[in-house]
Amino acid sequence: MYRETQIIETDNIAAAGADAAGAALVINVGPQHPATHGVLHLVITLEGETIKKIEPHLGYIHRSIEKMCESLSYRQFIYVTSRMDYLSAHINNHACALCIEKGLQLEIPGRAQVIRVLMDELTRIASHELWWGAMAMDLGAFTPFFYAFRERESINDIMEETCGARLTMNYMVPGGVMYDLHPNFQKRVKSFIQLFNSKIDEYDDLVTGNIIFQNRTKGVGVLSREDAISFGCTGPVGRASGVTCDIRKLYPYEVYDKVDFDEIIETAGDSYARYQVRLKELRQSVRIIEQLIDNIPEGDFQAKTKAVLKLPKGEFYSRVETARGEMGVYIVSEGGTTPYRIKFRSPGFSNLSALDHMSRGSKIGDLMAIMGTLDLVIPDIDR
Amino acid sequence: MFLKEYILNIYRAVASLLKGMKTTGRYFLRPREIITQQYPDNRAQMKLPERFRGEVVMSHDENNEHACTGCTACELACPNGTIKIITKFDVTPEGKKKKALDTFVYHLELCTMCNLCVEACPTSAIKMAQTFEHSVYDRSRLLKKLNQPGSKLRAGVE
Ligand code: SF4
Ligand code: SF4
Repeated sequence: MYRETQIIETDNIAAAGADAAGAALVINVGPQHPATHGVLHLVITLEGETIKKIEPHLGYIHRSIEKMCESLSYRQFIYVTSRMDYLSAHINNHACALCIEKGLQLEIPGRAQVIRVLMDELTRIASHELWWGAMAMDLGAFTPFFYAFRERESINDIMEETCGARLTMNYMVPGGVMYDLHPNFQKRVKSFIQLFNSKIDEYDDLVTGNIIFQNRTKGVGVLSREDAISFGCTGPVGRASGVTCDIRKLYPYEVYDKVDFDEIIETAGDSYARYQVRLKELRQSVRIIEQLIDNIPEGDFQAKTKAVLKLPKGEFYSRVETARGEMGVYIVSEGGTTPYRIKFRSPGFSNLSALDHMSRGSKIGDLMAIMGTLDLVIPDIDR
Repeated sequence: MFLKEYILNIYRAVASLLKGMKTTGRYFLRPREIITQQYPDNRAQMKLPERFRGEVVMSHDENNEHACTGCTACELACPNGTIKIITKFDVTPEGKKKKALDTFVYHLELCTMCNLCVEACPTSAIKMAQTFEHSVYDRSRLLKKLNQPGSKLRAGVE
């Protein structure tokens, strides 16, 4: 760590000497910094207030989850993935369960499929709400955070009631879901939708229409379509640059091919476009929930599985759309009870890789807007 | 032209700020719509859902009997080695030796509340409790023995 910083510094001194444009300044943002939402360390080279280069340093929250999973059985390893992107815990668990089911060639009961999609979309709403509040806070607006948490809290209550936990639910298990829905579930979700529909316009009043916010995000951190593709940006970041990358549409899993929703695409590629994509996605998620909540089929919530799961020898891959983008799970099995090798493709890592490219040439104050709309969850980047 | 644009800009900015202020102002005037909970003062009224996972406990009935046979299925299901089952040999009235639970060791500090042990238990001897205020001054106090002293296996549970 120390040495690398030294190298950057000597680089810059050489560069600065070459064009004699004043001394470059290297500052460290993080690993403990209120704007990074986690232990991310950015080494930023500045020239005046202009960003010349950003180098993210990872490793502060590395827990070697992939290696850990190799020693856990197929039932056990799923709970660990809640600790990667903790705001999409359900969706991470879902991806793992899907991969195992693919290996076992297991048919999932219709009820479980609908429950899974409902939970995924609720998670997506909760995650986007938190992002909205946190992003506004990064840009200096403190109040929106509380408004976002008001709606998010009712989702957390729903999760708590049905899944038993608020954040790390471990509700998706191979073959279905862990328990059946709580009897209150439908009633609660409907009252949440009502609450949400009555409050979502407040979001626009508070932040979207605000002139300070617009000036700080429009045209800031532009990512072109080509760059978004070459950096592998997915999720709202990719879609704000005009890339069609919604896994729910491209490779539908569970019942996503039966529900009606739009993939939100913006073409501007700036921070404001990313903001718009997420806000519109909130409404699409509510649309999906509205279609499914009255049509939960009766039946089992879990397929019958053996007590000890063994995947056949081979390689299995599954992909889902988390709140941040495409999440992939790749399992190599040797036929035993534990994976031989497991690899997660996390959306945050690829999105972070575009940060340097997006912020070169912008002012240091813009960095907060760019980071905020990238919606980084550090434990997801740094498994 | 430039001046008009300039004044319009100021007008739009002020209008957008006032719009946001209106929303916050509305809540300022209607304190009943605020949802802050006064924890820990509201402990008495607070009710957690029955599925909430706060801690693994072993249920005992009024005769101080539990349903744990000491089969170690929960120990094997646990991803973090939170549970340690120590067994002993009881002598049945017929004079045969029978494996039984001696101590159910539970490391609360290692537990991630994943519920896999409860799912794995064939006799539903353990369950999740709704307690969540687990902070203590010394970590050794998080090491728990779940079967009560003097408790024994409920008759008829295999
Ligand atoms: S809840 Fe999970 S971590 Fe805790 S004891 Fe049970 S299996 Fe182990
Ligand atoms: S608690 Fe249940 S699973 Fe664990 S040893 Fe006792 S009977 Fe077996």
